[in-house]
Amino acid sequence: MEEIVIHLSSIVKEVTGYIYPNEIELHWGLLVVIYPYITGLVAGAFILASLVKIFNVKELQPTYRISMLTALAFLFVAPLPLLAHLGHPEKSFEIFLTPNSSSAMAMFGFVYAWYLMAVLLLEIWFDYRKDLIIWASKEKGIRKWIHKIISVFSKDISESALKFDKKSIKVVTIIGIPSAFLLHGYVGFIFGSIKANPWWSSVLMPIVFLFSAIVSGIALVLLIYMVITPLRKKEIDMKCLDKLASYLFYVMIIDFSLEILDFIHRSYEAEESIKIIAELVSGKLFVSLIVIQLLIGIIIPLGSIAAIKFFKIPAELRKSMYFVAALLVQVGIFTTRWNVVVGGQLFSKSFRGLTAYKMTFFGLEGLLVSIGLLLLPLLFLYLLFKILPPWEESRAT
Amino acid sequence: MKELKTNTENNIQRRKFIRNILFSATALFFPKFIGAESVGKIKDWVLFGDYNAKDHLWGMGINIDKCIGCGRCVNACKVENNVPKVPYYFRTWVERYRIFKEKETIVDSPNGAINGFKPQPESDGNLIRSFFVPKLCNQCDNPPCVQVCPVGATFRTEDGVVLVDKEYCIGCRYCIQGCPYGARYLDPKTLTAEKCTFCYHRIVEGLSPACVEACPTQARIFGEVKKKASPLMRFMRKHAIGVLKPSLNTEPKVFYANMDMEVR
Repeated sequence: MEEIVIHLSSIVKEVTGYIYPNEIELHWGLLVVIYPYITGLVAGAFILASLVKIFNVKELQPTYRISMLTALAFLFVAPLPLLAHLGHPEKSFEIFLTPNSSSAMAMFGFVYAWYLMAVLLLEIWFDYRKDLIIWASKEKGIRKWIHKIISVFSKDISESALKFDKKSIKVVTIIGIPSAFLLHGYVGFIFGSIKANPWWSSVLMPIVFLFSAIVSGIALVLLIYMVITPLRKKEIDMKCLDKLASYLFYVMIIDFSLEILDFIHRSYEAEESIKIIAELVSGKLFVSLIVIQLLIGIIIPLGSIAAIKFFKIPAELRKSMYFVAALLVQVGIFTTRWNVVVGGQLFSKSFRGLTAYKMTFFGLEGLLVSIGLLLLPLLFLYLLFKILPPWEESRAT
Repeated sequence: MKELKTNTENNIQRRKFIRNILFSATALFFPKFIGAESVGKIKDWVLFGDYNAKDHLWGMGINIDKCIGCGRCVNACKVENNVPKVPYYFRTWVERYRIFKEKETIVDSPNGAINGFKPQPESDGNLIRSFFVPKLCNQCDNPPCVQVCPVGATFRTEDGVVLVDKEYCIGCRYCIQGCPYGARYLDPKTLTAEKCTFCYHRIVEGLSPACVEACPTQARIFGEVKKKASPLMRFMRKHAIGVLKPSLNTEPKVFYANMDMEVR
């Protein structure tokens, strides 16, 4: 208790105007910023994978399995920041046992379980089943057993069985797309449904979350593909890369338009909260919202991909431009989450003052744990790549 | 006072325990003889004793003109409910509004006004008026905090009070985000959400909340919302009444008399 009191007394000095006395403590910090960021990556990566299957985008074939495994690796980590931020993580199972049906948050467990079990795992299983059986038949020792177990000891690779696999993947993908929309749209609803908070309360919130999720997911897969391919000493497929960047470009335009629409709507309606929000945006949020989220995270990447589309740019330069753009997009989307979660708590619900957020380094809510949580999915991804190699040449023929 | 409180608490627990045993034993032996309706009645009696929650609907009136900003209510609340003494946790607090002719309204509440306010000499002479506004949980009839709680740890009782079950609360703080009035905090010791309970342990014993008891000017009026003869209803008949943030449709049961438009 001492610790928190010392922490809070250091914030008091930074409060401007009047805030309710209970509002000095900012309740949702860095961990709750990471949660929608990671969930967004999951949904985005999955939707990208679905494009290959549903719309038959052949160019993206090399990234299909990579994006599935990326979605899975990040999905494993998605509930951890939430769990770590609870006052009583040991009681978290109550969300499953006695969920309050009117609570958006209570649905998390179910949406998550549905997405993990019914969508991602199933699709990956069907897609890898044939390969798993063939790999297992050729391998020895522990790898043989790992692959056998993952294939649930199925053995049938007859024509009709493979046909069934293909059909199943289609069905799962068709269920999967609305599920991915649900997963992240719902995360947006957690914030968008809070009428007490004018910064959050918006019908657009789930949609903005969704499109920014797709943006971040595509950018992440692009980054992973660009890093992993040279590491494997293989050539980057420029057609695939161009297509990825092209999709990234279009979704970013939608995302950008939605955000601008939200901005125009707010300033045009100019409700009671407009003064304090204007103060927030031009002050404490200026750097993270206008400079990082808007300029660095959207306008510069959009501009550079547009330049590639209009001018003939040699492949090498194109590659580095894509890479930088995707990296900036990641920074931008992370800041977007920050601006929603932390930004929404910086102003008082009395609309008369602003408080501050001070990040700590150690402790569960600190920077160190958060960095760990952001690196953990990459470790999972490495393991998944080892167990289920997603490369085209690893496919058993 | 503290000792007395724990004693009564023990008594209540013991009584409740014995009743519960009796009730469950009866139910075990005569499951078919007790109809659903009488089961409900027995349950009420078991849970509340002589106090029947269904017969009440509690609310509070606040007479802004009468509040002198002494902060006795804030102190009484902290003592009665074991609220941390540091200035970041309040179940009730008092705000001072100063409305000027030419500059923006100034609101303050130093340490929740637990020690009252220091007089502010008005130098430039354009102060129009100044007044104090006690704040607390509005015990909404349509409470957003109850709506968002993922496990149902916070709930509205039949007599209209919003409570938190700290055995159940997982400390996700969604309710704190959902409350438009800043009436909730996370208890730094238990790491669960806390708020004003209208001193529920007192009202079921027929007493009034500690803040009401401590107020020297009777600026706070506690009582029934739906009984014509209650002091609260009389108060509401005699004054022009407003509630905080009516546009959010939370239907508060804390009613302010003669409230200025600057109050929010």
